[in-house]
Amino acid sequence: MKIITAIIKPFKLDEVRDALLAVDVHGMTTTEVKGYGRQKGHAEIYRGAEYIVSFLPKLQIEIATTDDRVEGVVAAIRKAACTGHIGDGKIFITPLESAIRIRTGEKDEEAL
Amino acid sequence: MKKLFSALAGALIATPALAQDAPKIDGADTSFMIVATALVLMMTLPGLALFYSGMVRKKNVLATMAQSLIATAVVSLLWIAIAYSLVFSGDGPVIGDTARVLLSGVGIDTVSPLAKRIPEILFMAYQMTFAVITCALVGGSVAERMKFSAFIVFSVVWLFIVYVPSAHWVWGGGFLQKMGLLDFAGGTVVHINAGVAGLVCALVMGNRVGFGRENLSPFDVSLAVVGTGLLWVGWFGFNGGSALGANSRAVFAIVATHLAACSGALVWSGLEWLERGKPSVLGVISGAVAGLGTITPASGYVLPWHGVVIGLIAGGVCYWFCTVAKHKFNYDDTLDVFGVHGVGGIMGTLMAGVFATRAITASDSDPGVAGLLEGDAHQFVVQAIGVGVTIGWCVIGTLISLKIVSLFTSLRVTGDDEREGLDIALHGEALHHQ
Repeated sequence: MKIITAIIKPFKLDEVRDALLAVDVHGMTTTEVKGYGRQKGHAEIYRGAEYIVSFLPKLQIEIATTDDRVEGVVAAIRKAACTGHIGDGKIFITPLESAIRIRTGEKDEEAL
Repeated sequence: MKKLFSALAGALIATPALAQDAPKIDGADTSFMIVATALVLMMTLPGLALFYSGMVRKKNVLATMAQSLIATAVVSLLWIAIAYSLVFSGDGPVIGDTARVLLSGVGIDTVSPLAKRIPEILFMAYQMTFAVITCALVGGSVAERMKFSAFIVFSVVWLFIVYVPSAHWVWGGGFLQKMGLLDFAGGTVVHINAGVAGLVCALVMGNRVGFGRENLSPFDVSLAVVGTGLLWVGWFGFNGGSALGANSRAVFAIVATHLAACSGALVWSGLEWLERGKPSVLGVISGAVAGLGTITPASGYVLPWHGVVIGLIAGGVCYWFCTVAKHKFNYDDTLDVFGVHGVGGIMGTLMAGVFATRAITASDSDPGVAGLLEGDAHQFVVQAIGVGVTIGWCVIGTLISLKIVSLFTSLRVTGDDEREGLDIALHGEALHHQ
């Protein structure tokens, strides 16, 4: 099992969600986060005073999935979240040791 | 064109003639001035409160609004109690008298010799709204760091030391008025005083924590846009109402005012566009307010196209003061009260001496005033003297006021309170609990 963490542009959430539904992923968790990568924020100017805003608002989505579906999920996120411009985000894949459904106590792949 | 303006001058001649025969309260003038009074009060609440609080950080929004609110409450009461009398009763060269203290002698049918066609109580109320917005304007330069209690004491002391004498000198029969100074709607009394006092306060109190280093960007420019809209519309009462009646002069003042705001907005945002590649919304509204402040002293003396020129100059010069001079000299006038209102008031008062037009200012008892443009340098000299005297006294009076306030309380919040934000530190309230 893997957990897929994607940082995306906030306005891309609906498209990503639709793309994931299309590859049969029915659960995800989202968090509003702030950060920067190569985009390095942007400058705002107020009456001549310039401020560099380094931490831009992004959405972090997390999806737990089985090993064989990782490639499909990643492809779906990439396709839906891509604008072609700097700041589109990143996808991280990390091993997931175990998962438990709280209501039933089912474990691992059955719990996903 | 010339014919049109001589016809207008003729119309203007007729109005004061009626007033001089027998003071008689006029229904049309009274209803217009009631509306004008409401419009000017709307400029402070909610206009200035929104304009200012949109430009401070989120943690100081309520505290900034509180300054406009408390200035309205404190100054209104003091105005009715004593200040109105000291400004507009008696014609001493320096200060008025106490005949109208606590509105004594103001009856249902009394009129002020300065406004013979409306009830004196209305003239008093209209002028009250000017005193209110002047004190509220000063608060913008020290927003995000002045203590609320200090601002209250400052408003009380400064009203009497600076505003009251200055208003008497210019409007209440004092020496500047006798000298012939033109200030139609408060370029010297309101804008120079507020701007210069703001600069002095900012210099005495020092810069905000993090000024020039940290992100002090505005909480919500959209609030400032709404505030500007209310100020802009309210300015029709401010400048139009200064004609003290529903007449052509009021309309000419309103048109010049509107045109100055438009050209100020275009120039400021145009300069940003050239320099930065993007015209900011804050720049558009700053230019509009600069145009409005600058046309104010001249509004009832000039032709509509003069308003356009005055707005163009205002947009450029105020832009330079707010975006270049402030950073070059490293003073922290939080909301550019000096850069917009002070500089605008100074330029506008001088430009009244340039653009004053006989066709607008003449009456049957008065040949009218000509500015430099009509070949009379004298008026410009008078305007320059008025500007100098107002700035000089405002600097001295504001320093004295701040000294007096510091005898009662410290001017500034503690460093910790400033970092936490004045909303929580001074008022125990905050925007958007989460």
